Amino acid sequence: MTADMLELTATQAIAEIEAGSMSARELFAFYRQRADEHGGDVDAGGLNCFTWVAAEVAEGAPGPLAGVPLAVKDLFCTKGVPSQSGSRILEGYRPPYTATSVERLQAAGATLLAKANQDEFAMGSSNENSAFGAALNPWDRGRVPGGSSGGSAAAVAAGLAPWALGTDTGGSIRQPAAMCGIVGLKPTYGAVSRYGMIAFASSLDQAGPLTRDVTDAALLLKHMIGRDPCDATSLQFPEEIERPRAERLDGVRLGVPAELQNPGADFAGAELAPSVRAAFERALSLARELGASVQEIHLPHATHALSAYYILSSSEASSNLARFDGVRYGARAPDATDLVDMYTRTRRDGFGPEVKRRIMLGTYALSAGYYDAYYGRAQRVRTKIAEDFRTAFADVDLIVTPTSANVAFALGEKTADPWSMYLSDFFTVPMSLAGIPAISIPCGLGAPGAGAGASGAGLPVGLQIAGPAFSENRLLGAAHALEQAIGFEQGRARV
Amino acid sequence: MSDGSVGEGTAAALEAVIGLEIHVQLATATKMFCGCALSFGDPPNTHTCPICLGLPGSLPVANERAVHFGLMIGHALGSQLAPRSSFHRKNYFYPDLPKGYQISQYDEPLCLGGRLGEVRIHRVHLEEDAAKLIHVGESGRIHGSDSSVVDFNRGGTPLAEIVTEPDLRSPEQVGEWLRLLRATLRRLGVSDVNMEEGSLRCDANISLRPAGSEELGVKTELKNMNSFRFIERGIRAEVERQRRIIESGETVVQETLHFDPASGAITSLRSKEEAHDYRYFPEPDLLPVAIDEAMLAAAREAMSELPAERAERFENELALSADSAQLLAFRGELGDYFEAALAAHADPPPPAQALANWIAGDLVARLGEGEDPAASRVQARALAALVGLVAAKRVSVGAGRQVLDKLVAEGGEDPAAIVEEEGLAALGGDDELGAIVAAALAANSEAAERVRAGNEKAIGPIVGAVMRETKGRADGTEVMRLVHEQLGI
Amino acid sequence: MIDRDEVLHVARLARLALSDEEIEPMARELSAVLDHVAKIAELSLEDVSPTSHVVEITGALRADEPRPSLPREVAFDQAPAVGDEGFLVPSPQA
Ligand SMILES: [Mg+2]
Ligand SMILES: [Zn+2]
Repeated sequence: MTADMLELTATQAIAEIEAGSMSARELFAFYRQRADEHGGDVDAGGLNCFTWVAAEVAEGAPGPLAGVPLAVKDLFCTKGVPSQSGSRILEGYRPPYTATSVERLQAAGATLLAKANQDEFAMGSSNENSAFGAALNPWDRGRVPGGSSGGSAAAVAAGLAPWALGTDTGGSIRQPAAMCGIVGLKPTYGAVSRYGMIAFASSLDQAGPLTRDVTDAALLLKHMIGRDPCDATSLQFPEEIERPRAERLDGVRLGVPAELQNPGADFAGAELAPSVRAAFERALSLARELGASVQEIHLPHATHALSAYYILSSSEASSNLARFDGVRYGARAPDATDLVDMYTRTRRDGFGPEVKRRIMLGTYALSAGYYDAYYGRAQRVRTKIAEDFRTAFADVDLIVTPTSANVAFALGEKTADPWSMYLSDFFTVPMSLAGIPAISIPCGLGAPGAGAGASGAGLPVGLQIAGPAFSENRLLGAAHALEQAIGFEQGRARV
Repeated sequence: MSDGSVGEGTAAALEAVIGLEIHVQLATATKMFCGCALSFGDPPNTHTCPICLGLPGSLPVANERAVHFGLMIGHALGSQLAPRSSFHRKNYFYPDLPKGYQISQYDEPLCLGGRLGEVRIHRVHLEEDAAKLIHVGESGRIHGSDSSVVDFNRGGTPLAEIVTEPDLRSPEQVGEWLRLLRATLRRLGVSDVNMEEGSLRCDANISLRPAGSEELGVKTELKNMNSFRFIERGIRAEVERQRRIIESGETVVQETLHFDPASGAITSLRSKEEAHDYRYFPEPDLLPVAIDEAMLAAAREAMSELPAERAERFENELALSADSAQLLAFRGELGDYFEAALAAHADPPPPAQALANWIAGDLVARLGEGEDPAASRVQARALAALVGLVAAKRVSVGAGRQVLDKLVAEGGEDPAAIVEEEGLAALGGDDELGAIVAAALAANSEAAERVRAGNEKAIGPIVGAVMRETKGRADGTEVMRLVHEQLGI
Repeated sequence: MIDRDEVLHVARLARLALSDEEIEPMARELSAVLDHVAKIAELSLEDVSPTSHVVEITGALRADEPRPSLPREVAFDQAPAVGDEGFLVPSPQA
């Protein structure tokens, strides 16, 4: 059986386990060995996509998820298991409790296989900001897997885990899913409890699935959602998440935002790479063939989303990360001469450069005299962006864009210029600000940079589909129909 | 209430302008944003959880009863209660602040405006208390620097911060007003307001200005005083300090100060650190609270009569003097005892004012200030009966006091019985007492002569003799009447 | 756009120690990002209300019912310095 185990999606694996043709224990052992062999140290030939792998083989667990192993992004608190959020300041931190979303999945029968590498405190789009080293893209080890849920995406694409849990603040599930050729879903804000997720930006963070296909994404989401009394911002999801079965898109109105197609000079770097544009156009024509109508729509403020996003997320982060002060947990700088010295050196040594940049930016944006110009304005831009989407959804059912302007970029390509890195979230950030659900599915392969000829024959291109709040079922249905039509070949990046 | 002018006697009378910020710990079962039980004097760090320790990933959820108590306070102070109230983060680093920010309220407090007594209320908002930081100095030395120990038991306790307008004019007025506030909060049952346990802490904003002037002078903030005595002393000291500065022609510097009750010294709290910039912004982990009709009604229903209202009732319905009414109302335990005594329907019935006098005077004097008579041996019904007997002149005041001594010492149901046993009944009809008076006049003839000659003072020895003879059972005024009668004046 | 002194002031607020070599680059990088985000200043947003939460409902409250607290040894388990039954820190007065 083990030969084909790798071929099974989580949904298929559950069926096999329930049919008795294999045991959850066998499956876990199989993936644990692969995780050990390929998930770790780069020098040992690994992808460095895991920061911890289960020491024991988990027995099968009862419940609809039948004990199928799950990789979980480092920033989810898992009781007694390192939960470091990719940061030096939390190196070796073992929390006394488990995040609600993980607890729910375990109660449904998921077993914890590994903790996945990520950008420090989820701040990044390449996984290069991890204190534990960059994770590599299994499609091309010279390239990034995207981020911040880079380890989760790389692990699923490489077949080191059947599926994984990630978080998305401005694109951190969708963008790495796109760059690794898998499916990634950011749910409606409030659909999944944030309790036990080490916070980046509280008003934007959402947990979601990274999976091989849309069916698995729906299944994992189904068991994560729901109101949590421990998270005052969590909501009761109005309906059950169904298994998506749509094959056609008859009557579905798709909108393509003009502003995102041609962002203009201000956003040099966000314009679509030719191969990405080509893959996107192919996806649109397939959608028409499936019966969908495609029309241009306008999101007048979408091009300002990135600015608003960086102000708001950095401001919230500067406050959320104040608790890392070396008093109750985590690293503390030695030989402090006084309290301020202890604070400032603990945080200097514990945080990486990008995290420091965001803390500085956010502290500045909230500080006396600047609040109205930055934080206050950004909140108003957020209002306009949410309005833009509401208006758009009066004319269309779903909005489609490329997930990212480019395919996976080379390690180190954007580290020198923060803004160029930030631009890789240009297409995903508006939905985050509006709190609406969006999914990224692979829609083909494209060459990096300016068209063919550039290095890297074919790298995955992601198609983003967004819908109104709580439209996850419709979203997953459309994604499923397109997935069938696109026929993206899974498993080409497996190790 | 003392007049506003301070530094009496000095040429240019200066007037103190004082506003208060009072932090009151609410008497909920659990903390403001987590399920940890509140604790007093439990071993350090035994009431903590991921939320009140600020562990990564934890989230706050606001305590329903804390909001309910906040609304009760708002009702009591006649504040505007907004239909929507939201929380903000107040960001600063300190070891007693586990998240690096305090969850408080900023532009949408629970209660706006209102008044208590002659003082206007600016606002009332909810927030979480800080943990306890204990300086242990050398003993816990870490790497050569003195150390402190943090105990998170108190961290996260619900606080109501009550901010007044600058309507107070003297330290004495502050003391009196705080007692009214404490009585009000206790009566509401939203806090034990026990200063020893630090459940009420007070900051004062103090400035001086020429009496009668309208604009405010430079103010200083006197921080963290937690006993009524210290508050009054601290404010008095700061008022004097400012007066000296102004009178020596210098100007007061705006700063935050600390009053050391031990030395009486006032020291500046300004640290070398830059002026605080709290970077307030809306708490993204908490959605605004919608204050609906049901919550407002629940708060209204939960309210008992407030001290000010009670004093009014005592004055209007029971015809007590203003002073007695206030004293019994503002010291709730005396008021409760007073009403219990009235409810005993003693026969003969005690007049309300007489009963109030006996409680505020003889009873408190015997039990000691601040003692709750309900906890003493003297049953309210027994005192009511005693005061009834005295009022009906069946027992003299003097004898009544002897009976009260016995009640305080031994308790007992029925003062009348004690009067019997001790033979303390007032002397009946004129003949019996008349005879004793006649005897006393005879025994003090020259005193009697002087009285007849118009020297009232000379009556003393005569009355004294009668009292000795009757062991205090005779009624003083009755004796006087008989003396005059028999002397034919 | 943001100078050395502002960087130092903000770093102090954020309790971040910056070495001399770090200050200039930090000023440059922050200025670059601020130049980009400052573009929202071009929008006219006078009568637009700010959005703090996208969630359209108001906050759920928690019943005032005690939940078990952590055993003290668990609370102390990950602490860098513990003593005298508490978390040890360099004294603020020191
Ligand atoms: Mg306060
Ligand atoms: Zn707690």
